Amino acid sequence: MTALLTTKGLSRHFGGLRAVDGVDLALDAGEIRAVIGPNGAGKTTFVSLICGRYPPSSGRIVFDGEDITDMPAHLRVRRGIAYTFQITSVFAKLSVYDNVALPVQRTLTDGRSRGAVHHGAMDALQRVGLASRAHEQAGALAYGHQRLLEVAMGLALKPRLLILDEPTQGLSDGEIENFIALVREIASDATVLLIEHNMQVVMELAHRITVLNAGKVLAEGTPAEIRADAAVQAAYLGTATEAGT
Amino acid sequence: MAFFPHLLLATLEGLVTSSVLALTALGLSLVFGVMRIVNVAHGEFFMLGAVLAWAITSAVSGNPAIGFALALVLSPLIVGAIAWTAERLVLRRIEYDPEATIVATIGLLYIIQQLALTFYGPEARPVTPPFNVRIQLPWFGYSGYKLAVIAASALLLLATWFVLTRTRIGLVMRATQYDRETALAFGIPVGRVYGAVFALGAMLAAVAAVLIVPIQQAHYLMGLDPLLLSFIVVIIGGLGSLRGTVIAALLIGVSDGIISVFFSPTLAKIIATLVVAMVLVFRPQGLFGTATK
Amino acid sequence: MSGDGETAKVYTLHAAVVALLVALNFILPEYHHGVLARVLVLAVFAMGYNLLFGYVGLLSLGHAMFFSAGLYGAGLPLYHLGWGVPAAFAGGIGAGILVSLVIGLLALRTSGVAFMIVTMMFAQVFYLTTLYFGEWTRGDEGLVLQQQSRQVALGAGTLDLTNPTTRYLMAVALFAAALFATLAIVRSRHGRVLVAIRENEERTRMLGYDTFANKLAAVVTSGIICAAAGAAYALLFGYIGSTFASVQYSILPLLWVLLGGAATTLGPLVGTVFMYYVIDITSSYTSAYMLVVGLVLILLVIWFRKGVLGTVRERWVRWLP
Repeated sequence: MTALLTTKGLSRHFGGLRAVDGVDLALDAGEIRAVIGPNGAGKTTFVSLICGRYPPSSGRIVFDGEDITDMPAHLRVRRGIAYTFQITSVFAKLSVYDNVALPVQRTLTDGRSRGAVHHGAMDALQRVGLASRAHEQAGALAYGHQRLLEVAMGLALKPRLLILDEPTQGLSDGEIENFIALVREIASDATVLLIEHNMQVVMELAHRITVLNAGKVLAEGTPAEIRADAAVQAAYLGTATEAGT
Repeated sequence: MAFFPHLLLATLEGLVTSSVLALTALGLSLVFGVMRIVNVAHGEFFMLGAVLAWAITSAVSGNPAIGFALALVLSPLIVGAIAWTAERLVLRRIEYDPEATIVATIGLLYIIQQLALTFYGPEARPVTPPFNVRIQLPWFGYSGYKLAVIAASALLLLATWFVLTRTRIGLVMRATQYDRETALAFGIPVGRVYGAVFALGAMLAAVAAVLIVPIQQAHYLMGLDPLLLSFIVVIIGGLGSLRGTVIAALLIGVSDGIISVFFSPTLAKIIATLVVAMVLVFRPQGLFGTATK
Repeated sequence: MSGDGETAKVYTLHAAVVALLVALNFILPEYHHGVLARVLVLAVFAMGYNLLFGYVGLLSLGHAMFFSAGLYGAGLPLYHLGWGVPAAFAGGIGAGILVSLVIGLLALRTSGVAFMIVTMMFAQVFYLTTLYFGEWTRGDEGLVLQQQSRQVALGAGTLDLTNPTTRYLMAVALFAAALFATLAIVRSRHGRVLVAIRENEERTRMLGYDTFANKLAAVVTSGIICAAAGAAYALLFGYIGSTFASVQYSILPLLWVLLGGAATTLGPLVGTVFMYYVIDITSSYTSAYMLVVGLVLILLVIWFRKGVLGTVRERWVRWLP
């Protein structure tokens, strides 16, 4: 299978700190990849480099055969890389509907009619179960619903690669169950890159797992292989099982 | 006059401008550095300083030096008190929101200007210098008062620098500037520090105005030029940088005199403003500052 | 976004406002008739300002240069080159496009406080330039555009812009055009993106929008509306002078918009009418109009950030655009 996304020696330094340090990663089309690692391992910085929020200090990023290292963020989004923020950043003062209409109207290249935007926006809200709240103000939603809205905004971009940054943080157990089902459904037509602390979610969803530690790839493999890896145990899983409950 | 004496004269004049400008700009820079706000009414504090100096000197009869000495002390104190009041009444209420602060200080600018016009009037009035000594150089005589202005400004700059870097007050200010939340957690009364810094910034402008008013005249619209020049100095010197501010003031003050020789004053202002706007667009950290963000 | 019923309500309201303004032409006493014509043109200036400040969240302190670009772009060719009224108006718009495009490309590299200062400085450069070329502009003293140059041959008759009724109706026409243009923009997809940029630029970029291009488009649109106001001011009132390029005319639209309600389509009109009359009334008691402007600015930012219509929308009429 050909890789949808590859990074080669991707690095980002902040002053003397090597937040991301020479990461090589290949992501196959259609897979769900989890990126795990202790706090400060560089996970968010790494995905921020992929979606273009910061420029890398060195290294290359190739998406679907095209070098996108120097491409501005908004053009990467247009090529199909969508990012949902770790800290919920829905447009709090706009309606739920407008929040989703924004990504929908951007993906529409034809059909100038209001109907197309409406259809697309309601469809995305339907998928995350927020359709009935379309006219509420986004900032007034419960936290769990804001996270879902964030995902709906990502979905509405019709991404080929959806990057989810800590999507289950702050959700209840019931909400997490629904969320796992949702990600499975998304993965039927998109590739998913998931940063997650909750090991139960990771083990249930991920086809493969990449472990980052201090900006470097510590291990990579199937969930079973990662669970068995002694180095990962030492660096991460020991603490994460406590944090993940 | 030959070339060298001409240059010397231009440089001396430039130094007078620079030294007063450095004081004024330092006030603006201090307020920006600690409080992260831009005070558009800064030029009006300068104007108030000058107008009050006229009021005080003309109220005191006798030796002009007595009235001037009184003005040098009282005028900054009054201006400081006004600034402190404005900070408590207005800026604190809008929680130092950067954009709202600019709008509010524009409002302050209009109010102060109108009050000066109503109570002081539209005339430009001179203040008698405290002493009239001409220092005879080999090529020309030069006003001793102007040299005293340079010296006094240098002293005040040093004093400010000393307070900021070597005393407890300065430490408290720097702590507040560095991290407001932590400063609060350590029991620093951030609100009072802000009030004091805003007053101090205004006082620096006022004292600069008292020094310059025997050379220029007091007028209710005189605040605009120092405001723009201070902006220019603070931007070129790097926002919030004390050393950069002084260097930039020297640069601007001296080159302003020299540019004015070659261009009409309007063209000189056009060029200077345009250059500074371009610096802000392409090098926002200033020419001497380092990128922080 | 909103139901059809709401759309109908919005357009009915705006059409009613325009109809009321037309009706006032026949009712108002002479003095207020003249004042309102002037206020309407200035309200267009405020609407241009509002588009950028209210909807995109970009606080400019240099909009006097867009207004006076229109003013001089129309007035100078009319005065010196003998252009006709339509060509002069187009000249004003053209100058507005040029100036706003250049300023947008430069100033939008900055944001927040730096944007405010940079726009103020560019406007100051523009103002000083009008003084520097005093030979053509006569600086603060300004130029008076003669009556005969402000007439348009229209079929058999002439449209005389110096006639009070014609002048008033032209002002209403310009106002209506700007009002419905603003309304169309803020209700369009582009308008939705502009509001999104105001709320969270980084998030908007991560939805695939070129936020710089959208902001630039907004600056130029704002520049065109303000320049149209400036050009109309020159042609209708026959005077062009450097005062209109001074810092004061950058502050006034901010004041009008803040007062009327930022990001409301009718707020600029409310704010301009209100402020104009406040100054007009107070100046008959005292000359201290700057004091009034200053106090109102401060009171607005402390207690009344949303302005008149912003508050009305928040409390009572949620559908107000």
